Amino acid sequence: MCAPERIEFSHGELLRFITAGSVDDGKSTLIGRLLHDSKSIFEDQLTAVERSSRRRGLPALDLSLLTDGLQAEREQGITIDVAYRYFATPRRKFIIADTPGHEQYTRNMVTGASTANLAIILVDARRGVLTQSRRHAYLASLVGIPHLVVAVNKMDLVGYSQEVFDRIRAEFGAFAQGLDLRNVIYVPISALHGDMVVERGDNLPWYPGSPLLEILETIEIDHDINLDDFRFPVQWVCRPGTPEHHDFRGYMGRIESGSIRAGDQVTVLPSGRSTRVAEIATHDGPLGEAFAPQSVTLLLQDHIDISRGDMIVKGGDSPRFAREFAAMVCWLSEQPLDPRRKYLVKHTTRTVKAILSQPGFRVDINTLARDTGAQTLGMNDIGELRVRVPQPLVVDRYADNRATGSFIVIDETSNNTVAAGMIL
Amino acid sequence: MELAAAQELNSRIPPAPDFALKCPVPVEAPPAHGLSHLEALESESIHILREVAAECRTPALLFSGGKDSIVLLRLAEKAFRPGKFPFPLLHIDTGHNFPEVIAFRDHRAQQLGERLVVRSVEDSIREGKVVLSSPTQSRNAFQSVTLLDAIAEFGFDACIGGARRDEEKARAKERIFSFRDEFGQWDPKNQRPELWDLYNTRVRPGENIRVFPISNWTELDVWQYIAREGLEIPSIYYAHRREVIRRNGQLVPLTDLTPPRAGERVETASVRFRTVGDLTCTCPVESTAATVPDIIAETAATRITERGATRMDDQTSEASMELRKKEGYF
Ligand SMILES: Nc1nc2c(ncn2[C@@H]2O[C@H](COP(=O)(O)OP(=O)(O)O)[C@@H](O)[C@H]2O)c(=O)[nH]1
Repeated sequence: MCAPERIEFSHGELLRFITAGSVDDGKSTLIGRLLHDSKSIFEDQLTAVERSSRRRGLPALDLSLLTDGLQAEREQGITIDVAYRYFATPRRKFIIADTPGHEQYTRNMVTGASTANLAIILVDARRGVLTQSRRHAYLASLVGIPHLVVAVNKMDLVGYSQEVFDRIRAEFGAFAQGLDLRNVIYVPISALHGDMVVERGDNLPWYPGSPLLEILETIEIDHDINLDDFRFPVQWVCRPGTPEHHDFRGYMGRIESGSIRAGDQVTVLPSGRSTRVAEIATHDGPLGEAFAPQSVTLLLQDHIDISRGDMIVKGGDSPRFAREFAAMVCWLSEQPLDPRRKYLVKHTTRTVKAILSQPGFRVDINTLARDTGAQTLGMNDIGELRVRVPQPLVVDRYADNRATGSFIVIDETSNNTVAAGMIL
Repeated sequence: MELAAAQELNSRIPPAPDFALKCPVPVEAPPAHGLSHLEALESESIHILREVAAECRTPALLFSGGKDSIVLLRLAEKAFRPGKFPFPLLHIDTGHNFPEVIAFRDHRAQQLGERLVVRSVEDSIREGKVVLSSPTQSRNAFQSVTLLDAIAEFGFDACIGGARRDEEKARAKERIFSFRDEFGQWDPKNQRPELWDLYNTRVRPGENIRVFPISNWTELDVWQYIAREGLEIPSIYYAHRREVIRRNGQLVPLTDLTPPRAGERVETASVRFRTVGDLTCTCPVESTAATVPDIIAETAATRITERGATRMDDQTSEASMELRKKEGYF
């Protein structure tokens, strides 16, 4: 039993992304290509894919089989919502939330997108911008994904034509203007042949930008988190009560946004009491400054009664106290919304009973039209409604803060997660 | 050296062309406020551990003495010190463990001053709850029975495990908070959606959740973290000389339970273990790695998955992990 020396690694950041596309746009081929060309696929996995390719009578190695599913899925011809895949380059580590393109699309994409920094929307160069592409872009904007990459795929089938690419870019751009999308990048690729995925290839000399992988490696993501407003939902109160830590009282949690320094003045909500940060403690010793998304322990100068579910904010910041608020929700359950029922809402580290109103409107995600006549929301529906809770929650607008503006709805009877909410 | 190793992994990717000037994406120096990928993963795992502790009534942390659960214990220290862990450690002992690993398990639990509960498959066999077809049969799959008994005995409503999504394709589709019915079964088609970092931990009495705080870590991340934290690991993870038998492209360690078959030759090789499970079905790989950086270098360069190289039981069927999970396996 030997303990090795402590070794520090200097490593790139973590980027989480999601891939969206209609069936057959080439999503599996693209993921297979990224994994394959970044050498993240192991020989035994390749052998398994070769075996399946042969069994299915395919002439060549079908990279899309790499993301092939479970036995339960194969038997029933269904695809289970989200699979997570990993690869790394010297610059960054990547987590792909791979969501299947069919029926439960909205639910799956919203789930995968909720933690993503970036979405790749695939467009088939031959078919151009379809209803589905618009739907994907809308969902990306709804969930507040900071970066969108529109990958125009199958360029080989349109003779690698710049005209086709430019036309699709213009069409998508016109539509995207109406959405709240911060950063949209367009890239022409052939997932099948590899052009402009990891390497440039020789077929797209007119494209001035970077290959897709380089975009993923270099896109700036540290501003994806709100760096201004300090939000610290208390997860756990640590009071060891041991002789050597007799007076220790630490408030443990993750900084969801912003940053904090030892000595800063803070306010505890909902009580509204103020004090100062005495120490930012970690197992590796105290920190002078800490920032999102670090998990830390705050020691405060004064004894204030604080428990899980409270939120610590910095001096002047003022989030909203709300007993009632409007939200966009995506309904995830087969059981439709029932305004007569009691639900639970989990918001940061606080779970409370809640009543949901009838939808103010339901969004037709194909036309983006608002249907104000909707009585309820069913699975995969997106709509606006009002949430009422007995004790006030400390909330931000989702547009300002993904962490303190989001909530999930739990059905008290089935214990299922039935909706995802974004506070307006 | 360790950086070189990580870079070696990717050296086969052709260098990106120099397109910075025309690149539509701003390329900037690394920000002062960014976390490295290991720091980001660590923070996510600590957050998950604290959520389990706060929301579940009687959780337990599964500790086997293997590298993934060693990492879990360090993360638990980061999450709860200077307090004690708000859960006991639980080991489901197959009785087919490498002695070095069991010694390490006890040593580590004692060093941490945390309570270790051991329940053994041997007892389940004695009580007739597990019937083996042969005494040397792999007991990996039978851990489920003993685990479910332990869950019932202590009323555990959450079991924290060290499984990772990169291990296997059933895992790739499993949630971080993975709900199990009262028979301990996983239903892949009926999983709760998991959004943001808002985990639904609600269960009825008798039901249970398995929680996997290092879901998003890869084998390489685990080794890098072991190096960064200077964590002790059982000696059999390092290269050592061992008597082995070559069988179906794998190295089978020679033990009382795994004797040579007719016509097989026993040889001595320099090997290390990538996983340390049930010794009737865990194979070492050839290696000269004497230090953690050496292991990282080998891990970065390896072309075979952890399970592909080391597990006799997962190869037989593409779906075997999925089946075991449905039956209540970790
Ligand atoms: N010619 C061409 N075919 C492609 C390309 N990308 C994918 N395909 C093919 O399109 C079909 C559907 O691809 P697949 O990856 O399974 O699509 P998914 O349904 O979006 O996952 C397959 O036959 C692929 O080989 C491409 O860039 N060029």
